[in-house]
Order: sequence, then C-alpha cells, then structure tokens
Amino acid sequence: MNNKKIEKAILDIVTYLLLSLGAVIMVTPFLWMIATSFKRPADQFTMTLIPNPATLDNYRSLFNVDLNFPLMFANSTVISLLVTIGQLLTCSMAAFCFAVVKFRGREALFAALLATLLIPFHVTLIPNFIIFKWLGLTGTSVPIWLPAFWGGAFGTFLIRQYFLTIPRDLVDAARVDGASLLQIFWRVYLPLAKPALAALAIFTFQGAWNDLLHPLIYMPAAPNTTLTVGLAFFQQQMVLGGKFTILMAGAFISILPLLLVFFFAQRYFIQGIALTGVKR
Amino acid sequence: MEAGIKPLGREKVWLWILLAPTLFGLVFSAFGALLATLGLSFTEWDLFTSPKWVGFSNYITLFTDKRFLRALANTAQFAALYVPGVVIISLFVAVLMNRAIKGISLYRTMYYLPVVTSAVATALVWNMIYGKDTGVLNYILKQLGMQPVCWLCADRAMLSVVIVNIWGAIGEGMIIFLAGLTAIPKEYYEASEIDGAGRFQQFFRITLPLITPSIFFQTLISTINAFQAFDYIYMLTRRGQGDSSIPVVVFSIYRNAWHFNKYGVASAQAIELTLIVAALMAVYLWAEKKFVVYE
Repeated sequence: MNNKKIEKAILDIVTYLLLSLGAVIMVTPFLWMIATSFKRPADQFTMTLIPNPATLDNYRSLFNVDLNFPLMFANSTVISLLVTIGQLLTCSMAAFCFAVVKFRGREALFAALLATLLIPFHVTLIPNFIIFKWLGLTGTSVPIWLPAFWGGAFGTFLIRQYFLTIPRDLVDAARVDGASLLQIFWRVYLPLAKPALAALAIFTFQGAWNDLLHPLIYMPAAPNTTLTVGLAFFQQQMVLGGKFTILMAGAFISILPLLLVFFFAQRYFIQGIALTGVKR
Repeated sequence: MEAGIKPLGREKVWLWILLAPTLFGLVFSAFGALLATLGLSFTEWDLFTSPKWVGFSNYITLFTDKRFLRALANTAQFAALYVPGVVIISLFVAVLMNRAIKGISLYRTMYYLPVVTSAVATALVWNMIYGKDTGVLNYILKQLGMQPVCWLCADRAMLSVVIVNIWGAIGEGMIIFLAGLTAIPKEYYEASEIDGAGRFQQFFRITLPLITPSIFFQTLISTINAFQAFDYIYMLTRRGQGDSSIPVVVFSIYRNAWHFNKYGVASAQAIELTLIVAALMAVYLWAEKKFVVYE
C-alpha cells in the first residue's frame, strides 16, 4: 500500500512538472506581448519580462490621429455584434422549427443543412465576393456581417440539440392554453435556452472578432477596416519603423475584450466546444 | 415521423418565415455558391471584362503550374505535421489534466488562452520570438552557446509555422479529449486494478479504445482546419506582392483572386481543394467504421 502512495506522489509531481512546462510555453507569448507594450521603443528587444522603465506612451500613440486605431476598434465591435445578433436570431428560429415543429421534409432539410458543414468556406468565398462587388458593397462592412443573418449549420445544430432537451410537456401545456407557434418559441423556448444561446453568442463573437480573411477581402484598405487587418497592416508599416512596442500595445488592446469575456464566462466557451464535440 | 407540434392554420406561414433566412442561406450562400464556383472554374474572368468560357483549361494548367503544385505539397506537408501534432499533444495534455489533481482549472485556462485570442495578435508576438537577430528563441540559443537560426526562412519556416498553429489549437483539442476522458466509467479502472493491470496497460487497453470517438472527431476537425489554415501563415510568412515563403492552397486561392484578379483559376483551385478534402473525409468515415469504438 505504501508503494502505491509513493507511486502516486511521483506521478503527481511529474504531472505538475509537465503541465507547468506546457503552461509556460502557452502563456509566455502573452506575457511577452504585455511586457513589450510597456517598454520604451528603445528597449523593444531587451530580453526581460519586466519593463524598465515602464511607460504608457505606446498606448497613447495608439490613439494618435494618424493610426486610426479607435476607428478599427469600433469597426470590429460593430461587425462582431451584428454577426452575433444575426446568428442568434436566425439560428434559433430555424432550430425551433427543426426541434419542435412537425412539418413535411423536416429531416431532409435538416440533413441538407448539416451537409453544408462539409463545404469548405473558401469555396463560397469567390461567388459571394462577386455578388457583393456587383452590389457595390465591397469596401463596406456589409458583406462581412450580412451573411450572419441567413443562419448557419453550426449554430442551428447547437441550439437545436439544446431545444431537444426541453421537456415536451411544456409545449403541450402551452398549446392547451392556446399559445401560438410564435409565442411558444419566444416565451417558452428562447428563455429556457439561455445557456446554449450564450455559448453560441460567445463562439460567434469570438469568430467574428478574430476573423482575418473576410475583412482582408472586403475591407483591405486601412484605416477603414477591422482590428485584425489593421494590425497586419501596422506590422508591415512598423517593422520598417522598428516600433514593436506600439504594435504589441495594439495587439494587447485587440485581445483584451475577449480575454475579459473569457475570464468571466469561461464555462460558456468550454460548453460550446463540449456541446459540439461530444453530442454527435 | 418524429414527434412535434403541428402548425395550425395560418401558423404555417410563420413556420416558413422562421425558416426563411436558413433556406435562403442554404440555397444561395452554400449550395448555390458551390455550384457558382464550379461554373467559374471553367472560365477566365478578371471581373472587369466579361467572363470567357475556357473549358477544362484551368484544371489542366493546374497540374503543370509549379506554384500550385508547390502549394499542394506545402498543404500536404502542413497537414501531415499539424494533424498528428495537435491530436497527440492535446490528448497527452488532457490525460495529464484528467488525473484529479488541484489547480486543473487554472491550467485549463492557460492552455485555452491561444484559442480565445486572435491569431493575428499572437502571430505578432511569435514574429518577435522567431526574429532572426533580435528574437527571443535565438537569444536563448546564444545563451546556450548555439548558433542562431533563421526560424522563418524557407527551409525551416514550415516547421516554425506548424508549431505556432499547434500551439494555437491544443486548447480546443484538450477540451474535446477531457470531455471524452471524463465520460469513461471509473469502474473499468477499478476492475482492471484488481486484475493487476499497470498504468500503461490501463491506458492502452481501456483509455485509448474508449476514447477513439474523440480521437476520430479531433482528427477530422484538425484535418479540415489544416486544409483551411491561413491566418498564421499569412502573418508569419507573408512577403511582397501577396506572396508567402510557404504558400499553401488557401493562400494561393487568395492570391490568385485578390492579387492577380484571376477568379477562374482561383475557383478551379478552390474546387480542387474541396475534392481533396472530400476524398479525405471519405477515407476517414471508412476508417471510423473499422477502428472507432462506440459503446
């Protein structure tokens, strides 16, 4: 028995050591980002995690007029919010039909929707671009957020799975009370599906906020673009000028909103993945 | 037919209103766009003049186009390194975390950070880490008395970029595997312990077979991601004229369409990539039947 305890203790130590080593690799880039953002440009390549002297100048520079950083931040915010609203609304609408309503061709339609998960997104990129260009909408944010308003397999599937767990008696009771289809959707299902809606909201917002390819195609010209394209553009500009410190300040500000949401609503991030990954 | 409530009278209209956005997306944005890309792949079009029908010539040139063949080879190499890397490392991390020890949620948070944050922002730091003269990694090498290395030069860029991509994906794989691991009944381990099985035996006889659904799922997702990888490659290997030191197929599509205005060629490449991914998925689904254990 004693042997067992020693073995467990050794394994615990090895586990901690390996996990800590991995954690250092995972976290160091973030620490380096934050540290560099508080260094003076002259110290940008010093090999230390503690800026000495520390300065806020890089953050002030971001809000200089010529960088237009606030505009990019606002663009990213508006686009990500619109994408999230669009997905929550249209995915839950469709999910309600697939999970609760009886209609002809339901299973076939749902299967067709799931099949779109297998269509790689780069295949749809070119025709969508051509249509938006024809509509004169390239250079605006419309092509980035508008498609979020026509549903999507991922979100619909996630919400539908959750709707299916809601007891059917509730619907029958509401029906007896004379509730209409819309009332059942709006008053019974949506309020009960808050955890799934929160998971989808976070997932969608994160995807939109971090998206590079779509804004790169539709809003490639700084300054009127998103944070991701803007940072990529700054990188080109600043590596030449050698100001990594400002670049890191920009990078840190750009990840800060998601970091805050992550720390406060971690379970929804994790839930989103677990929901899609396990319940097949 | 499965259970559900029947729409009454005028409610049928509401049903279709609720479904309308999804139907529109399904018809136009998904399947419609797929067909449109297929159609475009038989044309030569720069969006300024009218499209010209060229038959299969876009596809035929693909097989002799050295740039595209190189992009294909790069994509294959990327996937071959990335997919096993992500699956094995995140499974390993999940197994470690699944040992009920204290502080797991803190570790989980740290490993998940790169998944939450944008590849663009973190790639900027990785650029500093990989820097040739001023980078962190080379500083460490010098301290250890080794020669500095050009991490993002042609011969080493692939490995360096794959490492960053794996770094960015471990958190997600870890969650998938943790969900699978916690679902394995504890009694299996207790019973095998009574039979005198060692830890390695337990891992290979119990854990590994029972977690094959998660391994399958994660391999599938990682493969799809590998063939669509763009952000880190764009941020770490981009050169002038929209070129890259390790162009992959998605990069090539992007460049042909949005730098050279060759929308027909780009469409043909997109279709080709789709066919490759579809073929791989077919192989995976066949392998699923053979190797994956569902209880």
